[in-house]
Parts: sequence; structure tokens; C-alpha cells
Amino acid sequence: MAELQLSVPLGPPRRARPWIKNLFGTPGNALITMFCVLALALLAKIAIGWLLIDAVFTGTPADCKVGSGACWPFLGAKLRYMIFGFYPYEEQWRPFAALLLFLGAALVSMVPRLWSRGLLLAWLVVLIPALYILMAGGVLGLSAVPSSKWGGLPLSFMLSFIGLAAAMPLGIALALARQSDLPAIRVLAISFIEIVRGVPLISLLFLATVMLPLFMPEGVTIDKLLRAQVAIILFAAAYIAEIVRGGLQAVPKGQIEAGNALGLHYWLIMRKIVLPQALKKVIPPLVSLFIGFFQDTTLVTIIGLLDFLDTVRSALRDPDWQGIAVLEGYLFAAFVYFTFSALMGAYSRFLERYYRTTHD
Amino acid sequence: MKKSVLTVAGVAALGAMAVSAGAATLDTVKGRGKLICGVSLATPGFAAPDDKGRMTGFDADICRSIAVAVFGDGDKVDFVPTNINTRFQAVQSGEVDVLSRQTTLTYTREASLGLDFGPTVFYDGQGLMVAKSLGVASAKELQDAAICTLPGTTTAQNLSDFFRTLGAKFELVVFESPDENRAAFFGGRCQAISSDRSDLASIRAVANNPDDYILLPETISKEPLAPAVRQNDSAWRDIVSWSVWMLMAAEEKGITQANVDEKLKSEDPEIQRMLGVTDELGPMLGLDKKWGYNIIKSVGNYGEVFERNMGQGTRLGMTRGPNTQWNAGGLLYAPPIR
Repeated sequence: MAELQLSVPLGPPRRARPWIKNLFGTPGNALITMFCVLALALLAKIAIGWLLIDAVFTGTPADCKVGSGACWPFLGAKLRYMIFGFYPYEEQWRPFAALLLFLGAALVSMVPRLWSRGLLLAWLVVLIPALYILMAGGVLGLSAVPSSKWGGLPLSFMLSFIGLAAAMPLGIALALARQSDLPAIRVLAISFIEIVRGVPLISLLFLATVMLPLFMPEGVTIDKLLRAQVAIILFAAAYIAEIVRGGLQAVPKGQIEAGNALGLHYWLIMRKIVLPQALKKVIPPLVSLFIGFFQDTTLVTIIGLLDFLDTVRSALRDPDWQGIAVLEGYLFAAFVYFTFSALMGAYSRFLERYYRTTHD
Repeated sequence: MKKSVLTVAGVAALGAMAVSAGAATLDTVKGRGKLICGVSLATPGFAAPDDKGRMTGFDADICRSIAVAVFGDGDKVDFVPTNINTRFQAVQSGEVDVLSRQTTLTYTREASLGLDFGPTVFYDGQGLMVAKSLGVASAKELQDAAICTLPGTTTAQNLSDFFRTLGAKFELVVFESPDENRAAFFGGRCQAISSDRSDLASIRAVANNPDDYILLPETISKEPLAPAVRQNDSAWRDIVSWSVWMLMAAEEKGITQANVDEKLKSEDPEIQRMLGVTDELGPMLGLDKKWGYNIIKSVGNYGEVFERNMGQGTRLGMTRGPNTQWNAGGLLYAPPIR
């Protein structure tokens, strides 16, 4: 909270309860305020009525058909399918454990004080293999579950977060390459970025799933999930590269010249001087890109991968519930997407504050 | 069932490129220990996950009977939900061993997509549904009607073909999602809704009062739905075809899941051959001698599969229509098993 108060700009001393004045200062303002309050109250009444008062909490589809409110038994019946998709029912503790492990590790990794080479190594050497073993099985007495059966939330997380994590270094490398003095590298980077940015994600996904297998020798099939993951990484990398380039250009030339004057070589200047400043500047656009990508991964439904939104949608088409519960499923999906997007947004604001108060 | 011209053109071009030599699918399937079957993701009656994520439905049961024929175990099948845009590619690339996904057998698909189709498992056709209150008993009485459909060129084309021959006008109202389409029809935005008859039955099933709506008698297109396999692997296609025909033959011979054990003692020589009591028919296709018995024991016959997934006892409440045995006036005609 201390940082928050610091960031409030100093101005003339505030009058007592200015919000009252803002809300009811003039007849016009009072009218608008009254109108908004009424509208909000009406909305809240409808929402509470539908979500709670008229809602059906236990029972069967038939009970829901009678009730006029939300149909929560639908969520109860379909929750596990919506979250885990076609993952074998008895084995669903595994994606659940993987999800918890991932979220826990991600939470720990969000603390800037813990950032170190060790943490990165722990992710690469321990966590990611552990997550993979949990999902895929085949060793340690876990039965093998092919990736075609992965679905739902773990799949969405995997595609978006692993995709972005892998795209980040690639994107930074591309951004640096684009500014390189070596023409070959620069041209390659520019062509890659412009080509990838010039086509929609869907066409890349199609390319990865439809075209690629046909160019493969017979019998060689690369996992469809992996193909989609690679497409997402490449796509994200091109966008990250452009955002990072913006950050690089915002770092004053004098910084590089100072580094040169000290006799540091290129990589050291980049790593120690330019990139830390550049990346800090681009936290907001990077995070909005991340949030966008988290939601864009729903596009994989077009190539037959069952992401979270798709499991929700297919659960809604169960004939027993069809036409009874529609909004409930979408609300649940919206709630999950909103929660994680909002968390990412909050974390981005935290990072910005953290850097503003500890440096500069 | 439906497709856009673009997709077909694209997949056709790709299909031409597809290399089709390679390992026999049966060996691949046996080596893997599982059949991989492409189905649709959520089409109630044909393929839809239950609360535990287990695939149920008519198409899923077709997959199970193939798995039973190969392994003697209907659980040795992995279902891969395929998208309508990538389903053919999934077969061509070997991602799925068989595509059992409400796919209409057509000339172009068979000729240019690098696919071979098995026998028709379900005779569907595009139909029209209206509210009873409209007072229309035949599609021919529809004049200047607004018709709700999903996108897909064949749906619209069939409608315009049909109404052009009648010299009548109609207005097409296209919705992207099935939910919107349904809601628009029930909400009175359109006088009629058009889709495959099986689909219309499931739309009708979710109406507040299904009896308010009637399916008009006209079927304006032929949609024979058939499983598809990769081209040039006739041994594998044979297995798919005969697994389907076994289901039909079992119904014709009155063999059910319940009485299949008694039928082992049947005097009928064809039943004996089907159930592997006499002759060694299974091994000719590389299958177990008792493959027919196994299919009926674990999946049932065609009629049982139909009734279980979309028949009168289910919410879809579909009648057999043309999907009855040839000797009962239907189109199901399994070649003799001998």
C-alpha cells in the first residue's frame, strides 16, 4: 500500500468528501447518478434472482426445466468433463495434480526476489518433466495417456503458458536480430517476423496440422498437440519480438555507448544494460499480449484440439441438458478466463510498481 | 456432413499430394494395441461425451465394433474428436485409423480425397421442420418462407435446388452456431428450419414442447453417412466394412446382445459362420475366429445400437426410417457372410 500512496500525484489539498460533490454537485450529475444507481440495482436484482434466488442447486435436468433461474446441477455433473475433457476418468487426479503443481510453481515464480538461475533450472529440469510425466504417464507405474486425450483446462494452460514461456527467449532473440548490424541475420529476422505477423494464427495452425503431416515421410507422425504448440510459439515469438524491439528503441543510445566505452562486448551490454531496461518498459504491452494469447488458444478448436472452451461447449450439447443450461456453461468459462486474465493484469501492475519503486 | 467449397478444394489438393503407400493399417493398429477413431465432438446421438468423458453414440459404437473385431475388446479404442475442417486430413495423414463422423459419402470425396468409404451406416437426408401452428403439411406449401440453417454450401444449395424446381421463393437465414440457429427457429425468426433429418430430430427434442413441431415428409437430399479409411488399404477397409455388415446381419438374423450365447447353438449355417462356430472366416481378414460373436456380445446388433443411441427411448426419439432391414422395406442390406 505504501507504494500506492506514493504514486498519488501531489495536488491542491483535497476537500472533504469530494465524491459526494462529484456525484450530486449539479442537478445534471445528480440525475446521472440516480439513473446509474437505479440501473445497477435493477441489474443486480436480475442477476441475483437468476444466479441465486430462482436457481436450482440440486436435482436433475427435469428440475432445471421447471425452474426459471440458473441450473447449477449442470456444472456439478459436467465439471470434471469441462475441466479435464477426455482424460480417462479414473486418472483425472493426474491432470489435477499437474494443474495444482503448475499453478503453485507459477505463483512462487512470480515473486521477483526468488528469480535466479536456480529457479529457471528447476523449471526446466524438474517441473516441466514432472508435469509431462503426470500428464503422459507411461513410467513410474502411471498408465500412458496419449496426448490426443488431453483436453480442457490443462491443455489451455499448456498451450498458452508453455507457448509464451518458450516464445519469450525466441522473441527477444528475434528483436535483437532485427537490430543486428549483420544484414543476413537482420533480413532473416525481419522476414520471419513480417511473414508470421502477416498471417492469421488460424492459418498457421492449419499449416501445422494439415500441411505438415503430408510432407512427412509415411509413418512419421509428429504429435498434433506438439505441432499446434510449435505454431503458437512461433506466432507469439513474432509479436513478442516487435514489442521488445519497441523497448530496445526506447533505451537511450548513450547507454550502449557507455557500455562500449567501458569495453564491454555486445552480449554483455545487451544482457546487463539494454535488455533489463527495455523489458521493464514493455511490461504492459507484453502482458496484454499474454492475456490475448491465453484467450487466443481457444482457436485450436478449429484443428480439433479440445481446449477448455471447447469442452464447455461440448458439455452444453449433451441432449439431457441441451436447451436447459446454456448460459451456465459459458458463465463458468468466462469466470475461469476472467480470473486468470485478471490475475495476469494484477501481476503486471505489481511488476510495474515494483520496478518503479526499486529502480529508476 | 456439410462442408464449404473452399475446404473441399483445399483438402482435395492436399489429398492428391498424400502418399498412400506404407504400413498396413491393421498391423499398425495391432502394434499400437489400440484403434484410433475420429468422431465428431458433440453431436448427440452420433458421438458425444457423457459426464465422465466417455464417448457415446452411434458413430462411437461403430468404432467400438471395429475395435472388437480386431482386439475382441470394445474399450481398446481411442476417440479423437475431429473438426469438420480437418477430418479428412486426419485420415490421410494416418492420425486416425478410421473416420466415423457422420460423413456423407459423395463422388468427389471418394474420387479425390485419398479416402475409401465403407458401407453406409446411416441413411440421412436434408429435411425441413416447421411449427405445427403454421398449418403446413408439406414443404411444397412453403411460400416465401424464412428458413433457418447453419452455414455450409450444400444445405443452402439443396434448398435452392428444391425451391427452384417448385418455382417458389424462400429466404435463407444463416446462423454460425447451432444454439443461435435453434433459438432463432424456436423464437419465430424463421418459419422453417432445415438440416439433416437426424439433426432436426435432436433440435426438436430440446424444444419446450416437442409436439408443437413437425418434420415435413420431404427429404430434399441424400446423405448416406459412411465411415472412411485411408485409400489403398483394402484389407483394412474390408475389416471396417464387414464389422458394419456384421451389425446389420446380426439384426437380420435376430441375434442380439442378450441371446448371442444361445445362438451359438443355432442350426442356421449362416449364424454358425457369423459367430465362428463353424468355418474359419475371421482369420481370412486377419481377425479372431469369434470376431462376429465378440462384436454382437459387446456392442449388440444394428437395431440395438440405433435404439440405444437415438431411438424412441432416447431424448432424440428418432424412428428408423430408411435405416431398417431390406426385408422390412428399408435400405440395410448386408452381403451374405459365407
